[in-house]
Amino acid sequence: MDFGFTEEQNKFRLEVRNFLEEEIEKGYWKPTCDAWIQGFDPEFTKRVAHKGWIGLTWPKEYGGHEGSHIDRLILTEEMLRYGAPAACHWFGDRQVGGAILSFGSEDLKKEFLPRIVKGEAYFGLGMSEPGAGSDLASLQTRAVEDGDYYVINGQKTWASCASFAQYFDVYVRTDSEAPRHRGISEFIVDAQSPGLSRIPMIDITGTEAWNDVFFDNVRVHKRYLVGEKNRGFHQVLHQLDYERSGMERLMGNYPLFDSIIQFAKDNKLSQEPVIRNKLAQLQIEFEVGRLLIYRVALVMEEGRAPNWESAMSKAYSTEFEKHLASVAMEILGPYGQLTSSSKLVPLRGMALHSYLASKGYSLQAGTTEILKNILAVRGLGLPGS
Amino acid sequence: MKLTLTEEQEMLKKTARDFLADKCSKEFIKQMEESETGYSGELWHEMAELGWIGLAFPGKYGGGDMSFLDLAVLLEEMGRACLPSPFFSTVVLGGLPVLDVGSNEQKQEHLPEIIRGEKILTLALTEPGYRNYDASSVKVAANRNNDNYIISGTKLFVPDAHIADNLLCVAKTKPENGITIFLVDAKDPKIEYTVLETIAGDKLCEVVFDQMPVPEASILGQLHRGWSTVQKTIERAAVGKCCETVGNIQRVLEMTVDYAKERKQFDRPIGSFQAIQHYCADMATDVDGARFSTYQAAWMLSEGLPCTKEIAIAKAWIGKASQRVFALAHQIHGAIGATIEHDLHYYTRRGKAAELAFGDADFYQDVVAKEMGL
Repeated sequence: MDFGFTEEQNKFRLEVRNFLEEEIEKGYWKPTCDAWIQGFDPEFTKRVAHKGWIGLTWPKEYGGHEGSHIDRLILTEEMLRYGAPAACHWFGDRQVGGAILSFGSEDLKKEFLPRIVKGEAYFGLGMSEPGAGSDLASLQTRAVEDGDYYVINGQKTWASCASFAQYFDVYVRTDSEAPRHRGISEFIVDAQSPGLSRIPMIDITGTEAWNDVFFDNVRVHKRYLVGEKNRGFHQVLHQLDYERSGMERLMGNYPLFDSIIQFAKDNKLSQEPVIRNKLAQLQIEFEVGRLLIYRVALVMEEGRAPNWESAMSKAYSTEFEKHLASVAMEILGPYGQLTSSSKLVPLRGMALHSYLASKGYSLQAGTTEILKNILAVRGLGLPGS
Repeated sequence: MKLTLTEEQEMLKKTARDFLADKCSKEFIKQMEESETGYSGELWHEMAELGWIGLAFPGKYGGGDMSFLDLAVLLEEMGRACLPSPFFSTVVLGGLPVLDVGSNEQKQEHLPEIIRGEKILTLALTEPGYRNYDASSVKVAANRNNDNYIISGTKLFVPDAHIADNLLCVAKTKPENGITIFLVDAKDPKIEYTVLETIAGDKLCEVVFDQMPVPEASILGQLHRGWSTVQKTIERAAVGKCCETVGNIQRVLEMTVDYAKERKQFDRPIGSFQAIQHYCADMATDVDGARFSTYQAAWMLSEGLPCTKEIAIAKAWIGKASQRVFALAHQIHGAIGATIEHDLHYYTRRGKAAELAFGDADFYQDVVAKEMGL
């Protein structure tokens, strides 16, 4: 066992920190909660790409850097610590690029991976539908073959990063006769395709968090089929393992954590036993979550897809994020209810934002209940219900 | 970063598991709990022959030259087996501090015998009213009288003191936290022992020193400056208790999952119900969190890195996590788990004792707060 980092890894972490601190000093952006999924900043993404920090673990032949998953975790951990606006490239870097690498044709790899790496291709996801949430295999959006094309009709929902996505990674039914898990396929769809339209959905913080995405006879060339036809459900489970794997599940609202600790110190609240205990308990929970997530990266480093391991770390971590938001609101007392634009608002309204936004943390990318099912059945070998 | 054991450690783990599965049945544990001494001399000597007692001591004293991390692996297996033995007292509480600060004579006198299984040691630290594991809570005094120190007062919850050959007695030798450790003969007639009856059936003692004179040569480490050694010993013991508990709750998780697969109600295994599945998932998460935070602390101790915060995180986490695991294990086992015939209570009872030893979750939560600069 070795819980330490190599000298190179420590140097890399420092390099990322210096880069981010310089960005903040120059006033390019401010640390913000949820910036990994809501901070759209094409220029930032370009600068990150220039550092070679997108597609860090991918093969060099597609523009990647063949770095380790620990390196990538160090990178994302620091991005989250500083609340950096990384949403433009996050999905492509975290999961869609990986899906193309694992299942896509050589043509698809050559078309998309180098552009993701350069920070020039932004992705959204088309998984959930109004009638298909936790039961994703019941999805109804359909693609029908028509010569060299597929024609897609239907509706996707809860699509994060959708309003600026240039492409969607979409799962659709391609065989209505087959058992429902065996009739789903994955496509990369250009967001500008005729017939594709988006309608923003506002979340309880007042932010445009998602879009409904409608497909009305959207034509997609066959070359944009990812992997095998009708093998999409297997592929989406694989991709979800990665979607759940990262530090963003623990540190999405990290800027609030730093700020509330500082707030308690500055206002002499940290000597009050109740507040002191709450903050220390958060720190304990945070450190344990961090270890659970580093374990996931080590699973990936072995070349395995993390499965129940990322279900565990994600379910655990979103509970921490909710706990953090609640504690911050409790510490701020009546000031916690002030919105970000209000007179007297503390911590730029991060606590309020986080308190409301965190209700969704344990829903996105697999509800906590589904994750616990995965952990119980696949991790512990309990019988499926 | 690496979270797997080395081949050697895997072998140690397997040997320990097989040996203890053979030697440490629940019937044996019950006998030991009911016995006066609380341990089997025969088993103790077998453990010495396996090289376990000397594992983390230098070869020149007859030890195995292995690390604290290796010892952690062994402690985990002992926790998994609920092993009743004076191992923890002798090695973690007694032998390692002697190795840390003992004079050459003290090391030569004690370590080879300890390692051969011929000597049992323990630490007399806590006292009536003692909750905080700090120097100012030590009231037992050792006052200078010509060439001797006279030790007086009561120590409480001293494990295995009644069978020990030597005690490390932590005493106050100067106002304002001048603390000295005395390595004393445990059989001195000026010491009186009462074995307390505890939840775990382990042997925690009240130890009364009645004006016991000890020579200056029995000072372990430096006069008045013993607290840093005590502190280090407490930290190591806290991690050691975490290791035992990791083994304990890992086994409880396995027992519970097995039971959930076998036990049928409504014509199906109860483990197929989501309510039970989610309980098991919560247990597994608590166990893995306990494992990683414990081994992080053990690794840092082993590497000689400063790790007060990591130790506090591990002990604070495991204190609460283990209680959640026991609660769910009992809930899933149903009434059978509440019977004395079932094995589950061995783990629950020992887990509670480990939670209370060397600082509970509340204590370490405050250590974390200090480390955060609160």
